[in-house]
Amino acid sequence: MNDIWSWQRAADVLPLLLEGFRITVLATVVGMAIASVLGLLVALVRRAPSRWVTLPVGFLVEFIRSTPLVVQLVFVYLLVPGLSSLTIGFLVLGVHYATYMSEVYRAGIDAVPRGQWEAATALNLPRARTWRAVVLPQAIRKTLPGLGNYAISMFKETPFLFAIGVVEMFTAAQQYGSSNYAYTEAITMVGILFLAASYPTSVLVRRLETRLA
Amino acid sequence: MTDRDTTPAIEFRGVVKRFGDNTVLDGLDFTVAKGDRVTLIGPSGSGKTTILRLLMTLEESNGGLILIDGEPYTHEMRGGKRVAVPEKRRRQVRRRVGMVFQQFNLFPNMSVLENIIEAPVHVLGLSTAQAVVRAEELLEQVGLADKRDARCTQLSGGQQQRVAIARALAMDPEILLLDEVTSALDPEIVADVLGVLREVAETTDITMLIVTHEMQFARDVSNRVLMFDHGRIIEEAEPEVIFTAPREERTQQFLSAVLGEDTADRS
Repeated sequence: MNDIWSWQRAADVLPLLLEGFRITVLATVVGMAIASVLGLLVALVRRAPSRWVTLPVGFLVEFIRSTPLVVQLVFVYLLVPGLSSLTIGFLVLGVHYATYMSEVYRAGIDAVPRGQWEAATALNLPRARTWRAVVLPQAIRKTLPGLGNYAISMFKETPFLFAIGVVEMFTAAQQYGSSNYAYTEAITMVGILFLAASYPTSVLVRRLETRLA
Repeated sequence: MTDRDTTPAIEFRGVVKRFGDNTVLDGLDFTVAKGDRVTLIGPSGSGKTTILRLLMTLEESNGGLILIDGEPYTHEMRGGKRVAVPEKRRRQVRRRVGMVFQQFNLFPNMSVLENIIEAPVHVLGLSTAQAVVRAEELLEQVGLADKRDARCTQLSGGQQQRVAIARALAMDPEILLLDEVTSALDPEIVADVLGVLREVAETTDITMLIVTHEMQFARDVSNRVLMFDHGRIIEEAEPEVIFTAPREERTQQFLSAVLGEDTADRS
């Protein structure tokens, strides 16, 4: 009676998975938006002339990078009571990936040739204008493939939101599985949906990489 | 009222520049009068480019003073001590100095026109409309009026360098520094770029400091040539004199090496 695969169950679970998929995509989009902006800020702050600024920020970045995402999720979830688990998910994903993105930005900024800074000085451009009009547009162009790769990576890490009870796609599959004593269809389809979204995106990112190279 | 016209445009007073253990300039003194066109010649490593880079504040000197129009530029004496001039005041003086680089250094994220109007709008405070009018004149002058909206990366090296010249001129500099502006170009387009600069020299009274290996250009454009060796000026004369009858043996050696190499290149 309990077949390995039932098309009926697959059809039953699909709407739940698609609803979860919506949350997964939303978490990735919001998380990457936070990571992009915060990562840039971190990269800029880490170039500050004062060690009183760069050392603590550097330590914090290393700390976040060296502890698992799922531990951070649960830690913040238990520590900060006022926020919904979805909000905590967005924030923790965003902050965690901001530490990776800051390295991507740093590399992008370092890759802007010295001659660009020198031309800006020769034209007497103010510091802020040099960053905004000359350095960052060139640096950010170079960070786009990195941004794409981390977006895919974050997308695939959203199942960790399970740990704080966010009903993204994987959690939806788990819930369906445990209440129907049938996981095969749900989990298989989760895998297929991840693949269907990740693979084209990674092809796109690779194409972007070669175009910007 | 000070007599501004006799104040040198540029004055180096005992300028010292070291890179690590290597002393490139060891107490260099020289002045450049307003409107002078001075070519710096000498073997590589003799400190010519360093002088231009110090004048553009791309390097920090380790000793001495640099004055522009008699004003302390990067450092000044205060209470008998040499202190750095704050960036805000440096900016005011630097506004009078422009530079064209060997590698052009155009901003690749901007169009030709955007490159030229960027600083006039954001430094001089011109309106975009005013800056565009001036930029179009300059593009006309350097023969690239039709490239106004092109991306810099679509231009040839010679075209990029002409845009870079227009970009520097758009700031109405009193002093223009030319750092081996044709060294990265193919021989057949060197003439175009030098032609543009000749015209600038003829039609303006901009003080020019030129580092170049193009001796004919140096001869045509400059009214003074300084021969450098190991960070010191070993000979200084009008171009006709230094190129035809150099006094120092070192200058003779250098010139015959450069001119010999030059003819070898073209054959």
